[in-house]
Amino acid sequence: MASLRLQGVRAQGLEPVDLELAAGELVFLSGPSGSGKSLLLRAVADLDPNPGEVWLDGFRRSQVPAPEWRRRVALLPAEAHWWEDRVGDHLPEGAETLLAGLGFEPGTLDWAVSRLSTGERQRLALIRVLANRPEALLLDEATANLDPPNRERVETLVEDYRVGQGAAVLWVSHDPEQRERLGGRRLVIRDRRLVPEP
Amino acid sequence: MALILLSPFDLALAAGLVLLLALLSWRLHLGVERRVLIAAARSAVQLSLIGYVLHALFATTHPGLIGLMALIMLAFAGWEAMSRQKRRYRGPWGYGIGTLSMFLSSFSVLVLALTVIIGVRPWYQPQYLIPLLGMLLGNTMSGVALAMDNLTRHAWESRGRIEARLLLGASWDTAIADIRRDSLRAGLIPIVNAMATAGVVSLPGMMTGQILAGSPPIEAAKYQLLVMFLISGGTGLGSTAAVWLGSRRLFDERHRLRLDRLRGPDG
Repeated sequence: MASLRLQGVRAQGLEPVDLELAAGELVFLSGPSGSGKSLLLRAVADLDPNPGEVWLDGFRRSQVPAPEWRRRVALLPAEAHWWEDRVGDHLPEGAETLLAGLGFEPGTLDWAVSRLSTGERQRLALIRVLANRPEALLLDEATANLDPPNRERVETLVEDYRVGQGAAVLWVSHDPEQRERLGGRRLVIRDRRLVPEP
Repeated sequence: MALILLSPFDLALAAGLVLLLALLSWRLHLGVERRVLIAAARSAVQLSLIGYVLHALFATTHPGLIGLMALIMLAFAGWEAMSRQKRRYRGPWGYGIGTLSMFLSSFSVLVLALTVIIGVRPWYQPQYLIPLLGMLLGNTMSGVALAMDNLTRHAWESRGRIEARLLLGASWDTAIADIRRDSLRAGLIPIVNAMATAGVVSLPGMMTGQILAGSPPIEAAKYQLLVMFLISGGTGLGSTAAVWLGSRRLFDERHRLRLDRLRGPDG
């Protein structure tokens, strides 16, 4: 259970952003491409140099070592990258139980990454992130390029985690139906600022 | 057997081969004739000059002059190593990382060889110091340049993979570990290959020179072995230092991959 608070976070294309997400809150962010949504998520995850401060409950980002911060405030980028041949080499110990709960057979860990389908890749990338037990989630187009069944699986996975762990979720999504369906606060980028979606 | 002295006419005959190569390049539209001729001219000027410089230097044993000569050689090696990079580090790092690595490795191996192994007295006697340093620097330079070029090129191409690991909470050195290993290996391969084929496929240049100059082949072989071992030690140390410093520079204190610290291929 942790809240996430952005204070004067700057990302290219955006005025400094102040935003607060309560523990377990879902906030959608949309806007034209190139408006700085992805860069904002990268800035929050501290992947690009940026002034401003982010708070996870009482913890200031600048006082937490960067690797620990990224485990606690986890970003799932639009495109998942894999650096080993085997799926299992990307997951921490104990990920088997998580996999089993999602309809993956135990042998999944030995699968070759190159043989995964787009849907499997995206779901496994999400599992990879969730296995770190993050306290806040930053999702960048988590379901783009997925067919409806796979989209639904990913949505369920995120929603279960959010409700179960009380994680704050900041979700960049292009899909108006998805934003409607899942509820939550909806923000849009207008004139370099985050405003509520009309 | 006395050393047969080469006359300018002998060299001119050999230079005819380079002209032939340039002609070939021109006929076959290889487009390298200018570069061949310029490189040949450069080598002629540089080697003649160094012949005179060494002639003068060997007459003295002034440590300051020898030190100056060594630093000039290092400066050129640093420049050459940098110019072989496709993506260089911005600012003084572009020159600094390679040069510092070569300085640390070549000079420490050189001093070790002169004082402990060969036991030259005084240890900075130029007849030993300058040729050994030249061979060490030349080979270390290739290793350092290859390793750094590999590191920066792969870091640039693998941004997504490196950042994926950072995002999962890996530290910078874990995220770049495999690229670092590959780069170091790339830097070491030439000298390992040279050692493996020495004497079977090729007679190394230094040994050839000594034999031509009339040394007994066994003695020449021993010196060649010594030099190869020194070179492999120097190249290993130099490449390791360069890859370590270089990979450290690719990340900042918040473990972010900073490709903005590299220049693109054209500025």
